[in-house]
Amino acid sequence: MKVLAAMSGGVDSAVAAARAVDAGYDVTGVHLALSAAPSTLRHGARGCCTVEDANDARRAADVLGIPFYVWDLAERFREDVIDDFVAEYAAGRTPNPCLRCNEKIKFAAVLDRALALGFDAVVTGHHARLEGGRLRRSVDAAKDQSYVLAVLTPGQLAGAMFPLGDSTKAQVRSEAADRGLAVAEKPDSHDICFIADGDTRGFLSRQLGATAGPIVDAVTGDTVGEHGGSFGFTVGQRRGLRLQRPAPGGEPRYVLSIQPKTNTVVVGPGELLDADEVTADRPLWTVSRPGDRFDCLVQLRAHGMVTPATVSVADGAVTARLHGTQRGVAAGQALVMYDGDTVLGSATIASARRATVRS
Amino acid sequence: MPYLDHAATTPMRSEAIAAVTTAMAQLGNPSSLHGSGRHARRRVEESRERLAAALGARPSEVIFTSGGTEADNLAVKGIFWARRGADPTKRRIVASTVEHHAVLDALDWLAAHEGAEITWLEVDATGLVAPESLRRALGDDTALVTVMWANNEVGTLEPVRELAAIAREHGVPLHTDAVQAVGAVPVDFAASGADALTLTGHKLGGPPGVGALLLRRDVAVVPLLHGGGQERDVRSGTLDGPGAVGLALATDIAVAHQPDEAPRLAALRDRLVDGVRRIVPDVIVNGHPTRHLPGIAHLSFPGCEGDSLLMLLDARGIECSTGSACSAGVAQPSHVLLATGAEAACARSSLRFSLGHTSTDEDVDAVLDEIGPVVERARRAGLFV
Repeated sequence: MKVLAAMSGGVDSAVAAARAVDAGYDVTGVHLALSAAPSTLRHGARGCCTVEDANDARRAADVLGIPFYVWDLAERFREDVIDDFVAEYAAGRTPNPCLRCNEKIKFAAVLDRALALGFDAVVTGHHARLEGGRLRRSVDAAKDQSYVLAVLTPGQLAGAMFPLGDSTKAQVRSEAADRGLAVAEKPDSHDICFIADGDTRGFLSRQLGATAGPIVDAVTGDTVGEHGGSFGFTVGQRRGLRLQRPAPGGEPRYVLSIQPKTNTVVVGPGELLDADEVTADRPLWTVSRPGDRFDCLVQLRAHGMVTPATVSVADGAVTARLHGTQRGVAAGQALVMYDGDTVLGSATIASARRATVRS
Repeated sequence: MPYLDHAATTPMRSEAIAAVTTAMAQLGNPSSLHGSGRHARRRVEESRERLAAALGARPSEVIFTSGGTEADNLAVKGIFWARRGADPTKRRIVASTVEHHAVLDALDWLAAHEGAEITWLEVDATGLVAPESLRRALGDDTALVTVMWANNEVGTLEPVRELAAIAREHGVPLHTDAVQAVGAVPVDFAASGADALTLTGHKLGGPPGVGALLLRRDVAVVPLLHGGGQERDVRSGTLDGPGAVGLALATDIAVAHQPDEAPRLAALRDRLVDGVRRIVPDVIVNGHPTRHLPGIAHLSFPGCEGDSLLMLLDARGIECSTGSACSAGVAQPSHVLLATGAEAACARSSLRFSLGHTSTDEDVDAVLDEIGPVVERARRAGLFV
């Protein structure tokens, strides 16, 4: 069986490729060039798209003795991930670009091309288990990436291999060192790979322009401050608001919503962030749809808390009634549904509200 | 293993390997005054004479460098600086749009940092520069003309002799990057009329890491490297004796074999092109139909991505290129093909097969055996990009 190993230049994808080799597959390594103008050197722990990262991936492939190529997906990545990211913020939502990348790039553009070229599957270093077509959480809860893979359909999962799901990150690093892979000690990448300096707000202001607008208190209706651009705020955010007037009771205020049409950021007390009903659209099922109404666990952001909920599906929308409340549910994030540690599917959060009266 | 990427690098000739190996065992800095130094100097100077004789140059016109990129940079920057230093109004460089990046990027740097102004000589659909366009481009402010002898991607041979004659009429020095030409076609420095000529060892069966700039004695050049004053004070740095020996020997052999080798490679190349045409009727053959390097076939396969084709052929043991190698490994649409007026999609769907001194009929057979299914598969994959 011929498989294509997507190699970012990091430790996870290198070990994933190594395990595929050990398992007897005919492995070819590919680095996905996602930036049209990559930096030569990597800076800090961000990004995965520098020439240095490509060279790290190439070195790992050399050590494993597998062929290695670079595929230029910069144009697709810009259209499907970066432009979508900017448009989502412009609409007042908080997107997760890693989900989009998995849905549109790694397990669409790359997988489709790999299959057409005669490969049977794409191997990645995601921390998740894939058993009998069922996508499950990694054994390493802290590194679990099932949330960002929950957009994959059964067809996409059929062409995916995640060899790391049974291992902790520490085990992966130690295995990389044992295998003589120089990336064993390379720092984890985090944040958003295409914002090299980590300054999301600066990136968005360059893309969208920064127009000052009011920060309004949801309780009093008063303008309590001014912002330099409504995007770049996240629902639930408390710091960095620079409010000029304290709340009457002195309690902290949080971002409740962003209203791009009026360029307004709405703030208020934390309890107004509590939601027990979440509606989400564009459902995608990793398995066949469980039914119109079912109980499951839901996770509402990456590395977020998991909460039991009753989910109903109708007219292409998902409504999750939470058994309890969650604070700071942001539109644009994914609602991911689990049965135990098995992913059922996901949908994009459209809104959240407090449906029941507080007792 | 069918290796059809001689334009990237070609196998070192066994004679050159033996000569370099012997020279590496011999002690001596060619600049030292004692016996070992004198012996080392003798090996360098004999190599210089040998290289000069093979290329119609005088020994004193040979400046050893670390390779083609250094020689190109030395010529382009060094002559520009010298000419502008003598006359500040001379700040224009005339260059073809299909130069190698070692020239192009040096020009970009001079334009960005040194106030150089570049006049580009466009090429026609075959990659050819029209001599008349040089006549129109030359002015009182021209410091330098640089046009390559043979294009490294599509293989088109530029009319260097005519261009040099026109430049000479205007008193402007002409540099030519002949990295792909030396050993492949007849190259005579004196007869060409060029003032500076770049060559490199690893393209003609010599060692990597050594090349030369042939530079007329009356052309002033400002050095890139300052130091011990070796090589006419133009290129400081301890002379690489073994490199010079290997470069000179390999050049000598390649030039001696050229009259027999060129028709042999041309026949192989034509068989390759004709065969691919039969199997893939819509293939596009780039470059000039007759004025091209004997061993280069640059082909576009509509609907395919060049890097898919390369990968599929590589998996079948056939080694070729999508164009000139790129450090990032990302295949950019070739600037050469774009300069000939090709669409970006066509430029991305190209492969370069380049033949050389070890190429055989079996290499061509291997390509013809595999190209049909490879193109078919790459076409299917091309739909997903």
